[in-house]
Amino acid sequence: MKSLKKFSLLTLLAALMVFAAACGGGASTDKTEGTDTKTNGQKNKELSGSLSVSGSSAMQPLIAAAAEEFMNENPNVDIQVQAGGSGTGLSQVAEGSVQIGNSDVFAEEKEGIPADKLVDHKVAVVGMTAAVNPKVGIKDIKKEDLMKVFTGKITNWKELGGKDQKIVLVNRPDSSGTRAIFNKFALDGATPAEGITEDSSNTVKKIINETDGAVGYLAFSYFTDNSVTPLSIDGVKPTAENVQSGDFPVWAYQHSYTKGEAEGLAKAFLVYLMSNDIQTSLLKEQGYLPVTKMKVERDAEGNQKDL
Amino acid sequence: MRGKVLVILCAVIMISATISITIFLGSKGLQSFIKNGVSLIEFITSTHWNPTNKANPEYGALPFIFGSFAVTLLSALVAAPLGIGGAIFMTEIAPSWGRKILQPVIELLVGIPSVVYGFIGLTVLVPFIREHVGGLGFSLLSGTIVLSIMILPTITTIATDAMSSLPKSLREGSYALGATRWQTIRKVLIPAALPSLMTAIVLGMSRAFGEALAVQMVIGNVRNLPSSILDASATLTTIITLNMGHTTYGSVENNTLWSMGFILLVMSFAFILLIRYLSSRRKL
Repeated sequence: MKSLKKFSLLTLLAALMVFAAACGGGASTDKTEGTDTKTNGQKNKELSGSLSVSGSSAMQPLIAAAAEEFMNENPNVDIQVQAGGSGTGLSQVAEGSVQIGNSDVFAEEKEGIPADKLVDHKVAVVGMTAAVNPKVGIKDIKKEDLMKVFTGKITNWKELGGKDQKIVLVNRPDSSGTRAIFNKFALDGATPAEGITEDSSNTVKKIINETDGAVGYLAFSYFTDNSVTPLSIDGVKPTAENVQSGDFPVWAYQHSYTKGEAEGLAKAFLVYLMSNDIQTSLLKEQGYLPVTKMKVERDAEGNQKDL
Repeated sequence: MRGKVLVILCAVIMISATISITIFLGSKGLQSFIKNGVSLIEFITSTHWNPTNKANPEYGALPFIFGSFAVTLLSALVAAPLGIGGAIFMTEIAPSWGRKILQPVIELLVGIPSVVYGFIGLTVLVPFIREHVGGLGFSLLSGTIVLSIMILPTITTIATDAMSSLPKSLREGSYALGATRWQTIRKVLIPAALPSLMTAIVLGMSRAFGEALAVQMVIGNVRNLPSSILDASATLTTIITLNMGHTTYGSVENNTLWSMGFILLVMSFAFILLIRYLSSRRKL
């Protein structure tokens, strides 16, 4: 019965989406008015209007915090930030029901998204690495061993010089962006073996901490205490510097997509996200790495080149 | 007159809501078979689920269908005797003080949100099973226990109503023939109330079948068929809630999730038909 309720809600949402799409630009809430107030001696344009943002739940805290500060500076602006997953964000921005759609992955990588109609704004970088239960006793792993661990070819930590403990895999759901990125850059595209699957990084962290021999993967921002041990890969420590220099392989952009070039309020907000202030202070507080400091860049196919 | 219009309007809204959900879910749920060419046979019989593999995607939902049925049946097995026992206690053994204690307890269980059940399960039950029973703790057993507690109020409440609505003459007749209280309960009252008791169990089962959040937190969500009750497993609802947000509307992955939702709806209809059948047999 519970699922029925959920589905009726989804149906309603879907109906609303169709309605919003049918109304086209008319229903769009992007009513930005730039009024020059040079006469008052202020150079800034006063922004007003509302902006809706949805997508990646991993990005939601960052975007919400930035939106909060942006609204403090521009009291006439209303920004609504919803989570819901990268797929939802991309679908909604492509349909035009939100102005900005956040995603952990390139739009090109998601099926059914008209990526050519969307404009990518890379607002942050997130580093990820494998995390193990502290009792496992290893801190560094070779990439090939990591692949063997996740594909189930190695089943006990003692084979890697750790304790005599059975390896317990903790995965993310099939379609999760975090999983896709970890598979692509840490496992070189190998399909991981079956393991416990949890949707939230906090739950993954809790399970790794409580289960002997557990291994999963988490963004750097979750390594705030000693409850799980982040692994170095091939001797390269999972640090912001190593990601920025391109030495540490497992990282991804956090994308904010707009349909067509960003305009008005959406543009102002994206410019604000890229400002030095946000990139160096707020991002760090939230555990992300500034995209402006990256010395390497990647395209949708995963090819990396120096900047 | 105005009252009549109002209630008719309510009824029409309810009926049309149900019909539109069915039509919507049906058309969305069948898309993966019609538009994306996923084989229905593969979907319900294959155990290989790998929708994100670009080269060779596999859409076998059998492990999840199995998981849904397994937790539902197992939790009904646990909760049915408890619920019916509680109902007998409240109506036959200790109608006054028993009801005073048990009724609020049951009502309290209904009020707890399912995420809280899940969180208690994750924090208390899973480590307990890991340490004292075996396995990882994330298992069919954990899911069964959490669901049993969640469906207990449904079963108890309906069973209590069924038992207390039995006519007094049944009990009196039985006692007049010299039967003891236990004989009366076992040989007269339970058989008389059986169709309603079955309805109670089926309603509990349909609740268990549709529950997502609490189960998701304790069952482990593994794609493999479980080989024992201590193995991690997954259900249709947990796979839907895990993946829905990450997939894009209209993609094959998204459509297969809708197909799973459609299976849940079909099962829900099946449960309702079963209830109708059971209550049509109810003759007193």
